[in-house]
Amino acid sequence: MRRLLLPLALLAAPALADPTTPPSALADTQLRDPAQEAQARALMTTLRCLVCQGQSIADSDASMAGDMRALVRSRIAAGERPAAIRTWLVERYGDYVSYDPPLGPATWPLWLAPVALLVVGALIARSSFRRRR
Amino acid sequence: MRRVLLWTPLVAFVIVLAVVASGLFRPADRTVRSALIGKSLPDVTLPAIAPGKPGLSNASLRHGGPRLLNIFGSWCIPCAAETPQLLRLKAMGVPIDGIAIRDTAPDLRDFLARYGDPYRAIGDDSQSRVQLALGSAGVPESFVIDGNGTIVLQHVGVIGADDVEAIAAAVRSAR
Repeated sequence: MRRLLLPLALLAAPALADPTTPPSALADTQLRDPAQEAQARALMTTLRCLVCQGQSIADSDASMAGDMRALVRSRIAAGERPAAIRTWLVERYGDYVSYDPPLGPATWPLWLAPVALLVVGALIARSSFRRRR
Repeated sequence: MRRVLLWTPLVAFVIVLAVVASGLFRPADRTVRSALIGKSLPDVTLPAIAPGKPGLSNASLRHGGPRLLNIFGSWCIPCAAETPQLLRLKAMGVPIDGIAIRDTAPDLRDFLARYGDPYRAIGDDSQSRVQLALGSAGVPESFVIDGNGTIVLQHVGVIGADDVEAIAAAVRSAR
């Protein structure tokens, strides 16, 4: 019985928890116009997949990420600006959906930390060079 | 000055330790909530998918009185676990409209026959368009809509047995 366990475990059908319907037409098909496709791709890499959270929708195989790619491509094809699509999504999901955080009360340390560290580094460098002389 | 400098690394270490420990014992809430709470429902026009049940339209959603809008799919296993609670809500007099995400008519028919059917209307969202327009980040999710078509509450994830009372109260007070 024990010897059978591994092949049985490998054969067991995993619990299916994904839609069985085919993905949207534009989820995995590039736009015909290369310039538009480049715009769409650039936007897709900076939008967060909401069910897989650590991935962009360009990287994710989740069905919802596919639907979000289709949404981005169809809107770009309809002539909408990438910034407008990002705004539309942020209005619905908050800044969390975007990998391009705006400067705000919650994010200013993130934006100012590099500047502050550079200033501290310059001060340390100055004092240590002065000592050597 | 020297003494202060001597202690700085230890203080920095303790601060880092405190930040890490607080994250360990009280993990951040990673639930993605809709930013549309308190705002009007976006445009919803979804065809019917279940026999004998209407689809969803702006008119039916804006003027149908307070109700629960449940986002689900027959392929979603937690949604099957949620259905008994939805049936209880229905028995308590809460109207429930469903949005079926990426579903097929035969799968949905089997799902409703097997687990029960709490829905008054079911809209077919075959490309998740309305789900994205609602700011919903997965299935199952439920929104409480008031009589004017304003979203007053979002419940992310399965409605558990403990959540039924609170949701029924929210629908009752959403006039």
